[in-house]
Amino acid sequence: MILNVRHVTRYLFDEPVRGIVQSQKLWPASCASQRVLSWAVTSEGCMRGAGFTDSAGDRVELASWRGPVSEIEIEVTGQVETIDLFGVLRDHREKVPPSAYLRATRSVAPDKGLRALSDEALGGMDSASDLDRAHALCRAVSAAIAYRPGETEAHTTAAEALAGGAGVCQDHAHALIAVAHVAGIPARYVTGYLQSDGAGASHEASHAWAELHVPTLGWVGFDPANACCPDERYIRLGSGGDAQEAAPIRGMVQGAVPVEQLVVEVVVTAGQQQQQ
Amino acid sequence: MSPKEPPIFNEMLNGAEIRPGYQSLEKWYRSMPAELRSLKQSEAEALFRRVGITFAVYGEGGDPERLIPFDMFPRVLTNAEWRKMDRGIRQRAAALNAFLADVYDRREIIRAGRIPEHLVTNNEAYEKAVVGFRPPRGVFSHIVGIDLVRTGPDQFYVLEDNCRTPSGVSYMLQNREIMMRMFPQLFLENRIAPVDGYAGLLKKTLASVAPAKCDHEPNIVILTPGQFNSAYYEHSFLADLMGVELVEGQDLFVEGDYVWMKTTEGPKKVDVIYRRIDDAFIDPLCFRPESMLGVPGLMNVYRSGGVTICSAPGAGVADDKAVYTYVPEMVRFYLGEEPVLENVPTWQCAKADDRKYVLEHLEDLVVKEVHGSGGYGMLVGPKSDKSTIEAFAARIRHNPDNYIAQPTLALSACPTFVEEGIAPRHVDLRPYCLVGETIELVPGGLTRVALKEGSLVVNSSQGGGVKDTWVLAE
Repeated sequence: MILNVRHVTRYLFDEPVRGIVQSQKLWPASCASQRVLSWAVTSEGCMRGAGFTDSAGDRVELASWRGPVSEIEIEVTGQVETIDLFGVLRDHREKVPPSAYLRATRSVAPDKGLRALSDEALGGMDSASDLDRAHALCRAVSAAIAYRPGETEAHTTAAEALAGGAGVCQDHAHALIAVAHVAGIPARYVTGYLQSDGAGASHEASHAWAELHVPTLGWVGFDPANACCPDERYIRLGSGGDAQEAAPIRGMVQGAVPVEQLVVEVVVTAGQQQQQ
Repeated sequence: MSPKEPPIFNEMLNGAEIRPGYQSLEKWYRSMPAELRSLKQSEAEALFRRVGITFAVYGEGGDPERLIPFDMFPRVLTNAEWRKMDRGIRQRAAALNAFLADVYDRREIIRAGRIPEHLVTNNEAYEKAVVGFRPPRGVFSHIVGIDLVRTGPDQFYVLEDNCRTPSGVSYMLQNREIMMRMFPQLFLENRIAPVDGYAGLLKKTLASVAPAKCDHEPNIVILTPGQFNSAYYEHSFLADLMGVELVEGQDLFVEGDYVWMKTTEGPKKVDVIYRRIDDAFIDPLCFRPESMLGVPGLMNVYRSGGVTICSAPGAGVADDKAVYTYVPEMVRFYLGEEPVLENVPTWQCAKADDRKYVLEHLEDLVVKEVHGSGGYGMLVGPKSDKSTIEAFAARIRHNPDNYIAQPTLALSACPTFVEEGIAPRHVDLRPYCLVGETIELVPGGLTRVALKEGSLVVNSSQGGGVKDTWVLAE
């Protein structure tokens, strides 16, 4: 499947700021399930540099703006060819050992509720395969947290989302990572794009899911928000221990921090390969 | 003293006989009138106050204005004693660095089954962000502080390793400076190896790990958390001695491929950062987002080879108390040598057999938290009452992974000035080993002394002081 992406992030400040620095993780890596045909990240007035491929195999670049600046825009456009590998991440070059993804950050720290959810989901599955156990955890998280925007915010933890019983893809992914950790399964947060309907409607956020490490297969994606594994409608962008570590953009404003308005627009459409 | 405690090794006296190296000091002490002694003691204190060296060593917190007691009676190591320690310290610093380069790359030592994987990769100090990255010359820990204790004429043990940013070296330098100023005669009578080359060697070491693409004399800075940090004095002292800038996070910024320092003549590129800030705070875009101490984007420049950070982020995984047990194994694995310096035998409460032994022998053991420091959160069995021991046993059972235990060592004692004259007091030693293009070590280190009679805790926060440490030249 050919997917076209347009992802625009705009920051508006009510007062000009002295400067901005961002670490951007906005470049999908090619692997068995996706081939990047074209990709561009553009912003006006910024200085780019310090590019490298991080330990998890994701391209990272630094962008900085010297102030005074009151508005910036980061535009990502590209085309990716995908196939359905049932969520299995193959031929992705990375250096971090899976066992380093067993440590909980604040967002995915397990509490009583998450421990119970994990134990319940895996009850009677002692002899089941690792893959089946991972599926069971994903189903349990889908069932325990309803998809309802507006109930949670960026800093909501997995424990809080589970207690509230509702959230968005970030909360689902965090909860799945937490229950996987409880079961001793390495797990991490993945950001990316999802072509969720045929009409090419605009969304207010990019997508997120989790990857669990299954010894026989390697990393396998699970999307508890949609109760499925990533297929040809998904583009994988980057990963990290939680939403903060995996964030496509981590930035900091220099000087006094003014009121900031963030506008994100994501359009993913299925389409024809562009003529080269 | 309970009967099972072994005799304490006195570094000056062997019965009535004076050990080599201490003869002239013994005479010096005997010929010093009491009035002169107290005069000199207040002179020393005044000198310390004047230079402003009043901070707590080793990040122990406490009152930053408090003066750490300086004991004028020097500690002496003969050349033969030091030669062995020197060999052992260099060996250990090399092995620790080889371990760090390995666990962030091919992880051979784990594959070979010589250390359990979870102790390393699941360790709080193991930094995912630097896996696969080789810092210049493959060095992660550029300043290794190795804490040593002694129990006999030839028995030296490593108590712990400090691979991040060990502090206290300014005391080593100032103790010598002040002794030379107050008692110049002693330095004519004895041939004492100098320590004042330390700053030059530190600068040379830092310059030798400049990024490969730095084609000029590297611009080195010391990054401090600021004047409220308890070791701020040391940061500014070392910057002065090396002739480099002392900066805070807000004095630096990243742009393009580099880190820049704000100066009155415009931005100046920075090549090497000797940071005295913990990993978690050096870059809010990579680690703790709320940190105001670091430089946003610093890790991006580091990972792309634009700047060197000393010690390297992630170096702490080598000095964890649970990993410590495996350092002798690292020496054998990476260097193919037998360790010159021994570890203190250590039981890991995470292991069922070890835990059982520890819980049954708490009254004879010292129990420490794996991540603790500064002498807090530890149990000194022989000096604790029954209820304290029982309460501690419950903590171990609740979270065994968090504790290790060691036998109570009969730490050696050195003559120390007390009210009535001199008396033996327990000491330890922290030498500072520099690792860059070469491995460098100035003779000696910082001797800490437990000033309270019978106390084994040398931490300054718990009544410890410092001494000048002499290594006699051949």
